[in-house]
Amino acid sequence: MPEREITFAQAVREALSEEMRRDERVCIFGEDVAEAGTPFKVLTGLVEEFGAERVIDTPISEAGFTGVAVGAAMTGMRPVVDIMFGDFLTLTMDQMVNQAAKAHYMSGGHWNVPMVMRTTLGATRRSAAQHSQSLHAWFSHVPGLKVILPSTPFDAKGLLKTAIRDENPVVFFEDKMMYKLKGPVPVDDYTIPLGVADVKREGDDITLVATSSMVQVALGVATMLEKDGISAEVVDPRTTWPLDEKTLIESAKKTSRVIVLDEGYGRYGVTSELAAVIAEGAFYDLDTPVKRMGAMHVPIPFSPPLEDVTVPTEQTVFEAARAMCK
Amino acid sequence: MSAATFKMNADLEIGDERKKWLQAYRQMVRIRTFEEHVNELYTRALMPGLAHLYSGQEAVAVGVCETLRRDDYITSTHRGHGHCLAKGAAPDRMFAELLGKKSGYCKGKGGSMHIADPATGNLGANAIVGGSVGIATGAAFTAKRRKTDRVAVCFFGEGALGQGSLYEVMNLAQLWKLPVIYLCENNMYNEYTHFSETTAGTILGRAAAFGIEGASVDGQDVRVVNEVASRFVTRARSGGGPAFLQCDTYRYSGHHVGDINREYYRSKQEEQLWRTDRDPITVHGKWLVDSGQAELADLERIAAEARVEMQAAVKFAIDAPYPGAEEVSDDVYA
Repeated sequence: MPEREITFAQAVREALSEEMRRDERVCIFGEDVAEAGTPFKVLTGLVEEFGAERVIDTPISEAGFTGVAVGAAMTGMRPVVDIMFGDFLTLTMDQMVNQAAKAHYMSGGHWNVPMVMRTTLGATRRSAAQHSQSLHAWFSHVPGLKVILPSTPFDAKGLLKTAIRDENPVVFFEDKMMYKLKGPVPVDDYTIPLGVADVKREGDDITLVATSSMVQVALGVATMLEKDGISAEVVDPRTTWPLDEKTLIESAKKTSRVIVLDEGYGRYGVTSELAAVIAEGAFYDLDTPVKRMGAMHVPIPFSPPLEDVTVPTEQTVFEAARAMCK
Repeated sequence: MSAATFKMNADLEIGDERKKWLQAYRQMVRIRTFEEHVNELYTRALMPGLAHLYSGQEAVAVGVCETLRRDDYITSTHRGHGHCLAKGAAPDRMFAELLGKKSGYCKGKGGSMHIADPATGNLGANAIVGGSVGIATGAAFTAKRRKTDRVAVCFFGEGALGQGSLYEVMNLAQLWKLPVIYLCENNMYNEYTHFSETTAGTILGRAAAFGIEGASVDGQDVRVVNEVASRFVTRARSGGGPAFLQCDTYRYSGHHVGDINREYYRSKQEEQLWRTDRDPITVHGKWLVDSGQAELADLERIAAEARVEMQAAVKFAIDAPYPGAEEVSDDVYA
């Protein structure tokens, strides 16, 4: 399959445009998604190709247009909703949690809600407490929703195409800091199944389970550890639900040491769930307790020296990993 | 239409009109009878959960749904039995759902507050007040985008006027000229609180703010409801955009069946007055008889048929099996 290098943002855009060409039911709702192409310019060019009927600028009404997307999905469209900053997800919660997630079950399987909500996560952009959160744990908690956390351009494109073709509501989190990250992406059509983890790097001494923004951190840490003679495996679950428990547990059994990295809050968060899965599945093969590293339990501060200490960095993870392998 | 103009119509039309208004009467009686059985099932502890009765408001659901096609969409509320029946749901499967049985509309997974039925365009009753305003508006979006000629009716009570999402979607619907009717059933009580304590300004003023055509009608007169609803639905179907219809009505029972002592929020005298003077079935039945379209015996026959139908439906539901515990994880994902 021929490949070339494109950015994460281009990968997202390609997934959308290819699916919109393939399926006329796919449409996009969001604030400044059309001519503006979103503040991150991820959607640039789509309105020119597909028109304002399918790339639809909405008022600043997250609950309203998310609700419209739920109803449109139930009645035959395949909407993709754009929530500019993940922090604004709070405004969509009733529509996602009480409506989208439950319509299929409550109706005894009669109504489907094939919609995708694209949104962002990630701190260190100097955007302060209401434009920096990583709230994917909330959606991972709710039966009826699927949650995707791509970490590379390849994963972003393949997983987003799968999400759009899925019959269920899917929430797709993009790390804002990753939009310019480049990586190899095939030219031809491909999809990636949900619920299949990807071993981003093989190793023997320690497993770094990492999601989204933390995958690049983990890969950097693995390179640093290699210089110390420590072989690190990097496992990316790619979806928090469905969750590939088997791959996590197998890696933990192999290396016997695990650090779980995720940019959401550590307390009651994704790191806690993944650590629990590993502890339940690989307890007797572990040499040491599973360590969790997530965002500090504080609102994300504005000032750079404050913000930078709130999320795991290569240095902090490296030190934790090295200590664990002693 | 008055009785006088009615008599001037052609024979065929007279037949059709008579059929239509008798059907409206029948539908209201069926809903009332259904709810009487729900009340009985609930008080006999045969029905789990909560029961919010529609009795008193029948003219709204029937007046509106009689102007809809089977493939038009509705969204309903926690007080939704009337909407479901008026849109064509079968009482046996509804009772089965109310009792949590496998043969219910939602395989027992939804219950009284979540009955949904794609075959009759019912996108689902909703237990979040105002929870379905987005869904109805989205259905109208699909209808317009796919040019299916369908209309969506969003039923909600005046309690939903307190929810911000309603105004978000009304704004969208008017901007995009979507074929959706916002159908506000003002039964005057947000649960246990009179709406005057919760609602600033006027109800129709909310629609006017968005430039949405609105009307307020006597929700106890099925012909009046039907006439205005028909106008709005026809307009929406032909691309005229959304409308807002306020139907003033009354909930005979408490917020739910267990809401027995209500005198701290409304008087027995008030309840009695609505029952004696403004009952939608009595009002319409009297008009049918006075205008010579039905004999009292016809009305009695309709009532008797409804009793037989609902008794059989209840029996079906009581006899129906529960879902197996192994089905609990089915239908979480499509």
